[in-house]
Amino acid sequence: MTKTITDVICPFCGTLCDDIEVTVSDDGKKLLEVANACVIGTEKFLHSQSTDRVTKPRIRQEDGSWKTISYEEAADYTAKALAKAKKPLMYGWSSTNCEAQSVGNEIAEIAKACCDNTAAVCHGTTLIAVQDIGLPTCTLGEIKNRADRIIFWGCNPAHAHPRHMSRYSIFPRGFFTGKGQMSRKMIVVDPRCTDTARMADVHLQVEQGRDYELLNALRVAFKGEWLPDVVAGIPAEKIREAADLMKSGRFGIIFFGMGVTQSLSKNHNIDIAIAVTKDLNEYTKFSIMPMRGHYNVTGSGEVFAWQFGFPYSVDLTRGFARYNPGDSSSIDLLKRGEVDMMFTIGSDPGAHFPISAVRAIAKVDSVCIDPHITPTSGVSKLHVPVAFNGVECGGNCYRMDNVPIDCRKVVEPPEGMMTDLDFLTMVCTRLKKLKGAA
Amino acid sequence: MAEFIIKNGHVFDPVQGIKGDKKDICIKDGKIVDKVSGSAKVIDAKDKTVMAGAVEIHAHVAGPKVNLGRIYRPEDKLFSCTPTKGIERMGGGASIPTTFKTGYEYAKMGFAVAMEAAMPPLFSRHVHEEIRDTPIIDEGAFPVFGNNWFVLEYLKNQEIENTAAYCAWLLKVTKGYAIKVVNPGGTEAWGWGLNCLTVNDPVPYFDITPAEIIKGLIEANEYLGLPHSMHIHPNNLGNPGCYETTLDTLKIAAGIKPKNKFGREQVMHLTHTQFHSYGGTNWGDFESKAKEVTDFVNKNKNITIDTGNVTLDETTTMTADGPFEHHLTGLNHLKWANCDVELETAAGVVPYIYSPSISVCAIQWAIGLEIALMMKDPMRCYVTTDHPNAGPFTRYPRVYKWLMSEKARKAQIEAFKHKDKVLSQTAIGTLDREISLYELAQMTRAGPAKSLGLAAMCGGLKPGMDADVAIYNINPDKPIANPDDIEKAFSRCAAFFKSGVQVVSNGEIVNNGNKRTLWVNVKAKENPQVMRDINEKFVKYYSMTQANYEALGHHFVPNPYAIEVDATN
Repeated sequence: MTKTITDVICPFCGTLCDDIEVTVSDDGKKLLEVANACVIGTEKFLHSQSTDRVTKPRIRQEDGSWKTISYEEAADYTAKALAKAKKPLMYGWSSTNCEAQSVGNEIAEIAKACCDNTAAVCHGTTLIAVQDIGLPTCTLGEIKNRADRIIFWGCNPAHAHPRHMSRYSIFPRGFFTGKGQMSRKMIVVDPRCTDTARMADVHLQVEQGRDYELLNALRVAFKGEWLPDVVAGIPAEKIREAADLMKSGRFGIIFFGMGVTQSLSKNHNIDIAIAVTKDLNEYTKFSIMPMRGHYNVTGSGEVFAWQFGFPYSVDLTRGFARYNPGDSSSIDLLKRGEVDMMFTIGSDPGAHFPISAVRAIAKVDSVCIDPHITPTSGVSKLHVPVAFNGVECGGNCYRMDNVPIDCRKVVEPPEGMMTDLDFLTMVCTRLKKLKGAA
Repeated sequence: MAEFIIKNGHVFDPVQGIKGDKKDICIKDGKIVDKVSGSAKVIDAKDKTVMAGAVEIHAHVAGPKVNLGRIYRPEDKLFSCTPTKGIERMGGGASIPTTFKTGYEYAKMGFAVAMEAAMPPLFSRHVHEEIRDTPIIDEGAFPVFGNNWFVLEYLKNQEIENTAAYCAWLLKVTKGYAIKVVNPGGTEAWGWGLNCLTVNDPVPYFDITPAEIIKGLIEANEYLGLPHSMHIHPNNLGNPGCYETTLDTLKIAAGIKPKNKFGREQVMHLTHTQFHSYGGTNWGDFESKAKEVTDFVNKNKNITIDTGNVTLDETTTMTADGPFEHHLTGLNHLKWANCDVELETAAGVVPYIYSPSISVCAIQWAIGLEIALMMKDPMRCYVTTDHPNAGPFTRYPRVYKWLMSEKARKAQIEAFKHKDKVLSQTAIGTLDREISLYELAQMTRAGPAKSLGLAAMCGGLKPGMDADVAIYNINPDKPIANPDDIEKAFSRCAAFFKSGVQVVSNGEIVNNGNKRTLWVNVKAKENPQVMRDINEKFVKYYSMTQANYEALGHHFVPNPYAIEVDATN
């Protein structure tokens, strides 16, 4: 006999679908089938079942080989390394739950660490723009029920957030959008002809790196002022058409992704995109929302904010929280050689940071807490495999629109495996002893 | 649990009618008791003032919009960070402090209970995570109902029973405390960029008026017999001339009688009254209508209010009144954040600087104080700053100073750039009333506790009540030479006991206490129609499933205190 668990939350992307159905064996030890999830999500669930998983902590030896150790020994190593370090960097947090993040923050406070999440290489620029100009946004259900103008700017949900369009933005029939896709106009702004762009009513194939100019031109077009013949590779006429389309909607939304946050102009792109949204609210109702990547990167920002006051790149080395991206952000700290201990959890900087920063990780004491073997675990001194959050343990996570959803445990982890929370709690207890903290 | 006896203090307790008499207060097992054994620890409160722990009836201290404020205002942390210190976690933020700092600051001022004033139901899990991380003080949260689609649809058909059943369900799944209404109908209209500015403006599509929503929710509240009344932020907040809308709103409560077993006597609580007591037609002839509003409230015993005092600080405004924040950013051109919440509500955040050099801000300051000074019954008027909207809660001691000292008020009026305008547009210059310590205890302890339906538990020092006891460095036998001493004394308790545990000593945190989450568990009649409607809305219109909606489990509410209500009869 098998059991089917409903309303399961998918721990992959910021869409945080919560309608997954998972079939498990009667004893709850084997995960057999996944329904409703996209291919990536399905893989994430099924991957937990692979037989070649690392199930015990491993420490790197002199000769470069791994030696298996116990969780207690791993917690000892981590606590000692944190206690010894002058400027430890605790990075990641985006693929773990808020409970673990909370304990991690307590550890960081005792260790006087720098803490950062993956926004540093993703939507950190968005946060900077929000700090400049604000953010008119809404929840995804508002889009489903009201939105008739959908703009995807520098993002490709067809591949990166595969169920976004079917659950929230394009296809669903909501309260005021009974005709579903037919009641919406879709604009895609992307230099590439992506699968998302192919679905659009209007595709503005902006010149690479010219998003700021195009956004600025839209603001001009809203006011009906003069425009050059071509801006950012788009003819003025087409810009005016797009501007009219946006203004004529009842409720619109701009979704944007890494195409604008991490291309030329960075936070300035977002700054003006938010200004565009603000302008549109003079004519109709408009919102804007970042397409957050990791399933709980948003949660990490939230927990940082309510505990330390800042959403990412927080520096606790002076005993109180400071925030200065560019100075207190992970890549910059690593590249300047300031970090003397690297602690990674729920993320893979080894695969995403510039090589100069990854080299800096390899030089210092380092711990990587991750269920997978990753480039980061490859350069770390200690690899602590843990249960898959959202599959083998529950915990609260925040969707891209900041809506919290409590993940579910659907299957038992391999015997003896700890969760992020359990392991961090062990480290915290040990660190408190070492530091004599209250 | 330890026993304590607080000796020789001047006790102010409206619950027992004690007005500064010397009386020993005994604490045992977390409760106030008649006497303790000889082994009780003696606390000497000679020449000091002893009051029950204060009760905050309306503040925005936890949840999505508060955290949005923290995220988007790094500047709020400038010069306001506090390092890790003993058992105190690090903190930061002036108008929107981090959760730890929030708990410590309230405790250091002698607060035992704080109510988060607006919880978007969809985000209840977020609110509770922050409440969990706010140490010491007991907290509850008010889910917002005034723009909720279920409520709009039921009330359009005058279905009070169904509305009540839905309210009971929502309080349970969100672990909420009371029925909060913010800009009824107007926030739903904001979904289309519109607003409802009077109680008779129809809500787009739903075809119901704010007046019908207000009346219906009062009736649903009394149908269930909840501990608190319907708690309202009316339409048309913050605009010149808005007092007329406020009076129209208050009139809706006429003739409705409270029905509950908690000793609550009001059916409507009007919050941050200052923002709703403006006359004039524009910012030039802007004037106070505190008299008109307080006259009405003085005559109608089934209404309680809180003040919403402007503290003349830089702060961060945040409200579920989405259209108002959009209007505000148009006025001050500071950064605007907004979040519309599906089927339920919206919220906006805009920083604001209440400058003593701007006549409107100074008049707002005066109106807040006028309201408190014109209200005849301190048991029905509570001091708030609508934290952080009119000012941060950490400024309460300064507000107390202004209320308790005419000299302090005069000094502030003298300091205004446009003092003549303040005097001509308000009556603040003619008010010589000075709030006494006893009245202050009514306005900050016994009063709000009674209004919240917590009169049996907190807000007083009667044996059997929770042992929340604050000791302040004020000697009521001596005249106060300098009004600033009032502010100083109320800023930092000499000692504070929360549920019988000493959490503050000489203004410093010495224990993290046993924080509880207060919520109201209503046992309501089974209502299959409402259950079916809820199910349908989740299937069709929500972006998450019903099974994941509830704030459930230890992670969200680690130490719940449920107030049971039986509404089955």
